[in-house]
Amino acid sequence: MAKGLPKAFKKSLWVYHINSGSCNGCDIEIIAALCPRYDAERFGIKLVGSPRHADVLLITGPVTRQMVDKVKRAYEQMPDPKAVIVVGNCGNTGDVFYESYNLVGPIDNIIPVDVHVIGCAPRPENIIYGVIKAWTKLETLEAKK
Amino acid sequence: MNKTITYQIPIGPIHPALKEPVMFEFEIEGEKIKDVDVHLGQVHRGIEWAGMRRNSIQILYLAERICGICSYSHPAAFTLAVERIAGIEVPERAEYLRVIQAELERICSHILWAGVAAHEIGFDSVLFLTWQIREKALDLTEYLTGNRVTKAIMMIGGVRRDITEDMLPTIRKSLDFLKENFEKLRKVFLDDKTVQMRTKNCGILTKEDALKLCAVGPTTRASGVKKDARLDQPYFAYNELDFDYVTPDVLTGEVNGDVYDRIIVRLLEVKQSIDLIEQCLDRMPSGEILAEPKIQKLLIQLKKAEGEAIGIIEAPRGEDIHFVKLVGEEHPHSWKVRAPTYNNILPWIPMLKGEQIADIPIVAASTDPCMSCTNRVAIVKNGHRDILLAEDLHRLSVEKTRRLMK
Ligand code: SF4
Repeated sequence: MAKGLPKAFKKSLWVYHINSGSCNGCDIEIIAALCPRYDAERFGIKLVGSPRHADVLLITGPVTRQMVDKVKRAYEQMPDPKAVIVVGNCGNTGDVFYESYNLVGPIDNIIPVDVHVIGCAPRPENIIYGVIKAWTKLETLEAKK
Repeated sequence: MNKTITYQIPIGPIHPALKEPVMFEFEIEGEKIKDVDVHLGQVHRGIEWAGMRRNSIQILYLAERICGICSYSHPAAFTLAVERIAGIEVPERAEYLRVIQAELERICSHILWAGVAAHEIGFDSVLFLTWQIREKALDLTEYLTGNRVTKAIMMIGGVRRDITEDMLPTIRKSLDFLKENFEKLRKVFLDDKTVQMRTKNCGILTKEDALKLCAVGPTTRASGVKKDARLDQPYFAYNELDFDYVTPDVLTGEVNGDVYDRIIVRLLEVKQSIDLIEQCLDRMPSGEILAEPKIQKLLIQLKKAEGEAIGIIEAPRGEDIHFVKLVGEEHPHSWKVRAPTYNNILPWIPMLKGEQIADIPIVAASTDPCMSCTNRVAIVKNGHRDILLAEDLHRLSVEKTRRLMK
């Protein structure tokens, strides 16, 4: 583990997950990251049921027209400081769906993104690494205060 | 009192059961559900439209991303249709390899479902147990295809990776592991008192309703309808393998069509799939795995193909139908997908009528719907309109389990 991490994990990160029209591939990998093999919960990384409780927003999917408004509102409801992680290529670039008429994404067209986790679908290790990156951002923001 | 309260919270639940936005409208009297309406929408990504702008090989990768859980079944059904149009003869060995992949996907999907079902009734420890077992199946998938979720193993005219002699011991070891743990799962799900209390006589789908509403896959088999595309319209190498319809009476001698029966069917199918993979490993002939290894040549052949065909595959959730029409151009003239969940949505209505609100999550999850996580539930109660989040539903469901355990 990288230097400084034990201190970093003193506080637990709460994560809120939005599926904005993904194929589920990324979503099952996110759950896999929380399950015993990878067990992200031992670091205090935990999925929560409301954006108002969350430090980190995990978004999957290319954002269909119907979901734009919901993604924006979830983002606004999160308290500061917050970080946004996009999981999966289709949220980052549109992936195979890039030309579709019903997409408003990629997600950075809609809300500011801090970490891009690439892969279709990314491996759980990759997702956990993304969360750690986001943590670093939150830590820096905290230090500036 | 007659004010309409509508909470709008963007995305619902965290659990992976109900994907794809779906909204139920329930009319309830006290705790009992009187009527149900289902609203669908939202994960529309225009995939079929995009498909008409790509060539057949590119579509394979698009089809793979219709659903991450059935990422083998969709390209497989599409390939079947295209091969029928172009008259491509698939080598014998590839047909067996295709069966192995399909059954492996079924194992992963059913175990995933079992975990979700356990989560819905409040047994998170079982969720973790099942997902731990599933990781082994994923390891095997990764070993065979190089990927955990989107496998990219299907190719028109065959498959892209072979199973060599030296891979067999690892595969057999994984299968043995799955077989041993299958017993564990069987005990947890079928012998546990609380699970039985929550699932027996709950969410019943009668045989008549199942036939009338065209339910497919394990949902319909649990109601005693013998329908399985692998046996009814054999594709790949299924006609040379030894297996039968899985209905709950195999184990219990009776068919009730309740949630418990749907658990039985899925669990038995896991076992059946392990068995089918073993049969394939034993019987697989040697030979080529691709009809045309040069993609450029294959594309030219496909460009000339004309005609229309249907590909039917028994995906983990039921039969998945792809219709393709090629008109001698680079792009197909039309491509239509009918995923199994479409058929399994209407059966929710008879299943949910007369049940309690706390039973909604497990009943809805019992058809293994493949939807994105925005399910919200609108409840019409004395003219009131409340929207219950799946979170609340989940809480109610857990509370009911706790009550029963006391
Ligand atoms: S990145 Fe790929 S696997 Fe993930 S949701 Fe998008 S299409 Fe599915």
